[in-house]
Amino acid sequence: MNLNILKPNKENLSTYLMLGIGLLSVGFIDIFSNTFFNFNITKIFPGIISYLSPLLLGAFGLHFIRIEYSGNKTLDTINKNLNSSNFNAILSLIVIFILIKYLPPLLNWAFFDANFLGNSKEECTGDGACWVFVKVWFNRFMYGMYPDAEQWRINFSFLLLIGSIGSIFILPLKFKKYIILFLLFIFPIIALNIISGGMFGLKWIETGAWGGLSLTFIVSAFALIFCFPIGVFLALGRRSDLPAIKYSSIGFIELWRGVPLITVLFMSAVMFPMFLPDGTYMDKLMRVIIAITLFEAAYMAEVVRGGLQALPRGQYDAAKSLGMGYWRMHFLIILPQALKLVIPGIANTFLALVKDTPLIFVVGLLELAGMIGLAKTNPDWLGMATEGYVFAAFVFWIICFAMSRYSQNLERKLSTDR
Amino acid sequence: MSNIIELKNVNKWFDKFQVLKEINLEVKPKEKIVVCGPSGSGKSTLIRCINRLEEHQEGSIVVDGNEISENTKNIEKIRAEVGMVFQQFNLFPHLSILDNCSLAPIWVKKLPKKKAEELAMENLKRVQIEDQVLKFPGQLSGGQQQRAAIARALCMEPKIMLFDEPTSALDPEMIKEVLDVMVDLAKGGMTMIVVTHEMGFAKEVADNMIFMDEGRIVERAKTNDFFENPKSDRTKLFLSQIL
Repeated sequence: MNLNILKPNKENLSTYLMLGIGLLSVGFIDIFSNTFFNFNITKIFPGIISYLSPLLLGAFGLHFIRIEYSGNKTLDTINKNLNSSNFNAILSLIVIFILIKYLPPLLNWAFFDANFLGNSKEECTGDGACWVFVKVWFNRFMYGMYPDAEQWRINFSFLLLIGSIGSIFILPLKFKKYIILFLLFIFPIIALNIISGGMFGLKWIETGAWGGLSLTFIVSAFALIFCFPIGVFLALGRRSDLPAIKYSSIGFIELWRGVPLITVLFMSAVMFPMFLPDGTYMDKLMRVIIAITLFEAAYMAEVVRGGLQALPRGQYDAAKSLGMGYWRMHFLIILPQALKLVIPGIANTFLALVKDTPLIFVVGLLELAGMIGLAKTNPDWLGMATEGYVFAAFVFWIICFAMSRYSQNLERKLSTDR
Repeated sequence: MSNIIELKNVNKWFDKFQVLKEINLEVKPKEKIVVCGPSGSGKSTLIRCINRLEEHQEGSIVVDGNEISENTKNIEKIRAEVGMVFQQFNLFPHLSILDNCSLAPIWVKKLPKKKAEELAMENLKRVQIEDQVLKFPGQLSGGQQQRAAIARALCMEPKIMLFDEPTSALDPEMIKEVLDVMVDLAKGGMTMIVVTHEMGFAKEVADNMIFMDEGRIVERAKTNDFFENPKSDRTKLFLSQIL
């Protein structure tokens, strides 16, 4: 039998397979015994070789089973996807080994050794995470210092929001625009009045008590709704032929883009009231929302401008030749196309906005991450920071992932090229 | 009959480069003019000045009794009377063919939606793509797109139609279907200024020919005279190369 070690071929398929699978198995046994039984089967070799032995054994094994058109479907699939060259084989092995080494401990910490039952830190006896912390503080994480008895007001507003968004998909087309108008212009006012209270017999609850995830939603939603149109107008302004509009837009955009958000928030809370005339007062939360809105609008403007620049000049010519003026041309022809082009950029800015909201802690407003920061300093719950922030990361990830999926969906739906 | 378009001593510069030199041109209602000349001779710029997609710096342009200059208040109103067809079609890719055609009548002429769509269908029938109306421009062939673009311009019921090399971006077998539509339009009595290299079309349709070179109108003549005994040597050279 003539075995070519460098170039495995189809004739001796079974021999190569046995050799390859054998080497691979030794490599995997090595990494398993290392990870789970603390026993190094290759410790007879000197240090670095012993350390790399699973990788070396695996790479040789994968080399022997890399036989093109072997006729075996499973083998061909593996070769095509994991094992197309020596370099790719090593990358595949590294990824698999990292998963074997680090995934089980992570799962153990988060689920198998974790504590879900009980009401105090002392009941967390396992080695894993103490989710009791999140459970006990859940209400605060969601609603901040908002009084328990009044929390239905937030829930009601939220359900109203979900309900009207849902009805957009259910109701026929002709009601759709009314619901969108309601969502954009009427709902924010209703929600704000219900949550802050002070009329219709609802108890007044000052914005300092608002907090938790509901505050994340409130700040994000208002900033999202307002930063978008402002950004569009700034983008148009920056491309205007009128010098006054053009240079004030450039000035605005460059000023806000050049300043860190944390500075902006600080100024809005501390410095801004000093410029107000005596006796006038503007709510802290309102100031913060305005600051974030203007800040993100500057970014939005540049994203939208990118889309405007990507449109061919012929679209402007065609719109003008049909007798459209500036506004009709932009709202009917230019913006619908430009905005569609920059959906990924808009989604990017929106995600950044949502993830920037925790910064409002600098002015004393505590949304989800802020509430966790507060809870972890509670004397009864010291040392719970990891659990808290993992929970915050998870919640933010869910929100952002949903937004990202929605934007991809929208892109697909609006695509008209073929 | 008075002129519907009148250009007097029009000069235009792109920075320091002079693209139009001392252009004089009169067009009577229902007249068909074909403009030809080598590339870079200012043909496109000339017709783009007529609806002010380009600005001229000197001279006067009068369209249907309205002087066109930077002081013109309602340039949109004049543009609505001057249809234009482009080399690259320039259909709106985010709208269906029907919406492409009915959009401007609805928003500029303020027609009710239903009426605008009837108008659009009428014109799309005229260019023979009434069975494609719900498709998007990207789903149509070049020839179909250009015919849709002609229909879109016609929906504004213009008095004048400008064509800027309407067949130059098309595959050879699609040129004819577009030219047929244009011939039909010419026979219907439309005032037309056409920039094109399609000399067959010019012979069939044009009342007058204009030959441009280096920003000047070198020769202007009745169609027969133009092809049979051109006066300037430059025109002769051009015709010998193109025919």
